[in-house]
Amino acid sequence: MLLAPIIWIFAVAIVVVFAAKLWWFPPAISEHGRSYDDQFFITMVVTGVIFFLAQVALGYVIFRFRDRGRRANYTEGNNRLEMLWTAAAAILFIGAVLISTSLWAGVHFAPTSANALKIELMAQQFSWNFRYPGADGKFGRLDIKQINSAGGNPFGIDEKDPAGKDDITSSAIRVPAGRQILLAMRSRDVIHNFFVRELRVKQDIVPGMEIPLRFTAETPGAYEVACSELCGLGHHQMRSTLEVMPPAEFDKWLQAQAQALQAQQQQQ
Amino acid sequence: MASHATPHVHHPPSGFIRKYIFSTDHKVIGKQYWWLALFSVFVGMALSVLMRFHMAYPDAKVSWFEKLWPTGAEGGVMTPELYLSLMTMHGTIMVFFVLTTAPQAGFGNSFLPIQIGAEDMAFPVLNMLSFWTTLVALIVMCAAFFVEGGAPISGWTAYPPLSGVGEVAGPGLGKGQNLWILSIAIFCGASLMGAINFIATIIDLRAPGMSLMRMPLTCWAWFVTAILSLFGFAVLLAAGILLLLDRTAGSSFFLPAGLVVNDRLLDHRGGSPLLWQHLFWFFGHPEVYIAILPGMGLASNVLSIFARKPIFGYRAMVYAIVGIGFLGFVVWGHHMFISGMSPYTAVAFSVLTMAIGVPSAIKTFNWVGTLWGAQIRFTSPMMYALGFVSLFVTGGISGIFLGQPALDLYLHDTYFVVGHFHMIMGVAAIFGMFAGTSFWFPKMFGKMMNETLNKVHFYLTFIGVYAIFTPMHFIGVAGNPRRYADFKDFEFMKDLMPVHTFMTHAAIFTAVVQVLFFINIFWSMRKGRKATDNPWEATSLEWSVPSPPPFDNFGGKHPRVYHGPYEFAVPGKAKDYQMQHEPD
Amino acid sequence: MPGSLSTEQIQYTPPPPPDGGGDWGDRPGGGARRRASFTALFVLLAAVTMLFAAFTSALVVRRGLGGDWERVPMPGILYWNTLLILASSAWIDIARRALHRGARGSFNRFWTIGTVLGVAFLVGQGIAWSQLRDAGIYMAVNPGSDFFYVFTVAHAAHVLGGIAALAYIEVQALRLRLGPGRRTGVEITSYYWHFLGGLWVYLMILFHFWG
Repeated sequence: MLLAPIIWIFAVAIVVVFAAKLWWFPPAISEHGRSYDDQFFITMVVTGVIFFLAQVALGYVIFRFRDRGRRANYTEGNNRLEMLWTAAAAILFIGAVLISTSLWAGVHFAPTSANALKIELMAQQFSWNFRYPGADGKFGRLDIKQINSAGGNPFGIDEKDPAGKDDITSSAIRVPAGRQILLAMRSRDVIHNFFVRELRVKQDIVPGMEIPLRFTAETPGAYEVACSELCGLGHHQMRSTLEVMPPAEFDKWLQAQAQALQAQQQQQ
Repeated sequence: MASHATPHVHHPPSGFIRKYIFSTDHKVIGKQYWWLALFSVFVGMALSVLMRFHMAYPDAKVSWFEKLWPTGAEGGVMTPELYLSLMTMHGTIMVFFVLTTAPQAGFGNSFLPIQIGAEDMAFPVLNMLSFWTTLVALIVMCAAFFVEGGAPISGWTAYPPLSGVGEVAGPGLGKGQNLWILSIAIFCGASLMGAINFIATIIDLRAPGMSLMRMPLTCWAWFVTAILSLFGFAVLLAAGILLLLDRTAGSSFFLPAGLVVNDRLLDHRGGSPLLWQHLFWFFGHPEVYIAILPGMGLASNVLSIFARKPIFGYRAMVYAIVGIGFLGFVVWGHHMFISGMSPYTAVAFSVLTMAIGVPSAIKTFNWVGTLWGAQIRFTSPMMYALGFVSLFVTGGISGIFLGQPALDLYLHDTYFVVGHFHMIMGVAAIFGMFAGTSFWFPKMFGKMMNETLNKVHFYLTFIGVYAIFTPMHFIGVAGNPRRYADFKDFEFMKDLMPVHTFMTHAAIFTAVVQVLFFINIFWSMRKGRKATDNPWEATSLEWSVPSPPPFDNFGGKHPRVYHGPYEFAVPGKAKDYQMQHEPD
Repeated sequence: MPGSLSTEQIQYTPPPPPDGGGDWGDRPGGGARRRASFTALFVLLAAVTMLFAAFTSALVVRRGLGGDWERVPMPGILYWNTLLILASSAWIDIARRALHRGARGSFNRFWTIGTVLGVAFLVGQGIAWSQLRDAGIYMAVNPGSDFFYVFTVAHAAHVLGGIAALAYIEVQALRLRLGPGRRTGVEITSYYWHFLGGLWVYLMILFHFWG
């Protein structure tokens, strides 16, 4: 029956395309990313086998048990078989998720390391704003009434707070390689989502909440940040860059930013 | 003299209005729902073709776009706001007015009473009201297209604050969003009415001998689906009321304080956007099982009939339906792994989510088991049911990735998710509806559909939907975000554009193929071969009455049931099937 | 003739359950409609419970969110209203039992009293809302007031439906259409009404402890 070969062809094609990785993840740039890829691979193998066998079996029964004018087998089932494949499914599915729990824990339950770099993120329709604490290591207080995107104060840093004078804001995020980053994320209007493919990390940013995201990027390079929660008209244009730099270069960059900020403030 | 007081003695209605418009006959009401779904799927499909066109050709100038949407498509180019509004309405119309109507209220109304041996549903007037309420909901929903600002752009999930702050955050979020919420609230009322009817009918109106474990699996599916509807829509109604109050009465259930939209400080107090998500998905997850369970029940039914063999493991199938229904209420958090809710809660939800894969797997094994040792008759309903199994496997498998929060860290809000739910809802459930239509068409309209045309439609559609939705999984793995009006801004998207073009062409092809099915429906209603009582040699009660049935289903007789619903190939019998109502 | 068996009565025996076991579906003599009505009521009450459960969970979440929660000062009339709705339930139930006994006159009297008390409850709710409004506590003043109005208005909407049912039964009763053999509507309406009374008590407790 024609349906059987069609199902088989699809089953083979899908498995082949997945295995050939024609469209695939970009290379991971962190330890977590590599663990992610391992877990994905395990899941892919398990599901791939189940998928392939199920489709092949379906095609097989379609092919083999065509109506040949006889009576079918009068059977109402087989309890032993039911128990067997139920148990197998339960073990496989629940096993998969239990294995993945440590990966999840690594992102959400991991402690913040002592020398983590804290960066703040304020997401808005439709751009990203990042803030570094500056030389004093402290973030200035925020006052929403002082938010003024056009005037260069997207965070609403309180003018009256001296700790905020040296805060460096940027629309792209730069981090030193190999150092844990604690990204403290806020949104000022609607739900956004911070996503960098190469980090294998994604997190909704909910207004009214401050949500921490920890990651450690290892491979220098520039990676695209894509908003991943519908936030309005410009959702598809809410792009930024995560630039991972060797630590020395990062320090140089940060210093340069601080100097530029000082110069700007002296001019005013 | 002992009189048989039947539940409701109603005489055949007279007059066009009572017969076809304001009818209390469940068969008419079922058809009315079916037509409503047919209209809605046409609209929903048109919207999806427009969406896919824009994905592949975002800068294309199409002159009639401008005629239809002067502001949304100035110069004939679809704007992001227009795209997002089409997307929102596509999802809403498909989920509510197609997948929640035809499988349950459409086929269920038409055939539940007959399959259990009743003359009608328990409350025929309530039944009529539920249809007309649904129609009002559809009209209100479509009205959102025509108001100032147009249809909402916040997706079918309508997450606040985006859906709650009003037009300051974009067009369509004013009147359009209000109409959307109103329509959904009305729809909730209609669903609750339907749920009451279905549950009371199944519990109290079964004919003598029709025990629960002798009901066709379609009835079990409609039963559990009605229970899911009952609890799910009650919660959605609550959520909708609170959102509407946030938008119109100045409350702050979902809107936190300190929102600055377009540099304007809004004066809300501290509400919780996550609260909406919890309430919505508490409904939303059972909703997707509402969409698929009737199709599963029907697939079991059709597979057994055309395999000429009892369903493999009837009892297990019942437990699986009940298990899916129950578990469906405790897994909603898997839509929220990345939402900012507690990571511990996420782990709990993910274990339960994996658990729900087990009864689904049982059903799949049992379908294949039914076919083992069968004598398969490849009628068009059977083809659609077989297609359903294949598509359900493909769609369900990707759920194993998404049910792990760790993997969701990347896959959330990518096309991987879009591929997953389209395979299950947008394809498998739709194939369930194709199967239901082709299977029950003779009983509903007294004519046979053209088998050849249906088979051509089946093959082309089967290939078409695999072509549209499988690539979505690949580009999702590559990180393609969803709900993007276009992909021009991102470097990594450049390599994926050929896939989008391919999917668009597949979508247009598949949409055109659906014309065959529409033609078959309309042509067969008039010119189809006249149907006998039991053209498929099936066993359940609807096949013991003429096609179409008399107004009171059993012509004044009271059926008595002696057998289960899948007595095929019983050894020692002359026929290879044993009807439920025949003693032996 | 009373007291003697007719031929049909001697010959009538209910048919045995079909082999294979299983429940009776529609038993001869009807009764399916009555049973279905009770099933329907149960299902409806489940849905209403779910609606208020959803509102309750929203309240609990919102309350836990932050310091801007303020108790709504409950107008004293609410306690009177509680008595009114409970008294109304009591009379309705007394009426129901009277009908079961066949005492149609008593039924009419008690049902009327119950209905009037029910309407009085609704009027009392209206007074409570206007008192709050006069005290400056509107819908959007603070989260506590938001929820107070949501709960009381939702409850009142269901009470309105209940009063419509009570009134319908009242009309049927006055036309002497009801009796021990035609009491399903009375019972359904009574139980729905009692449920609303119980729901109100729950709401009062909710406001008291978490309001």
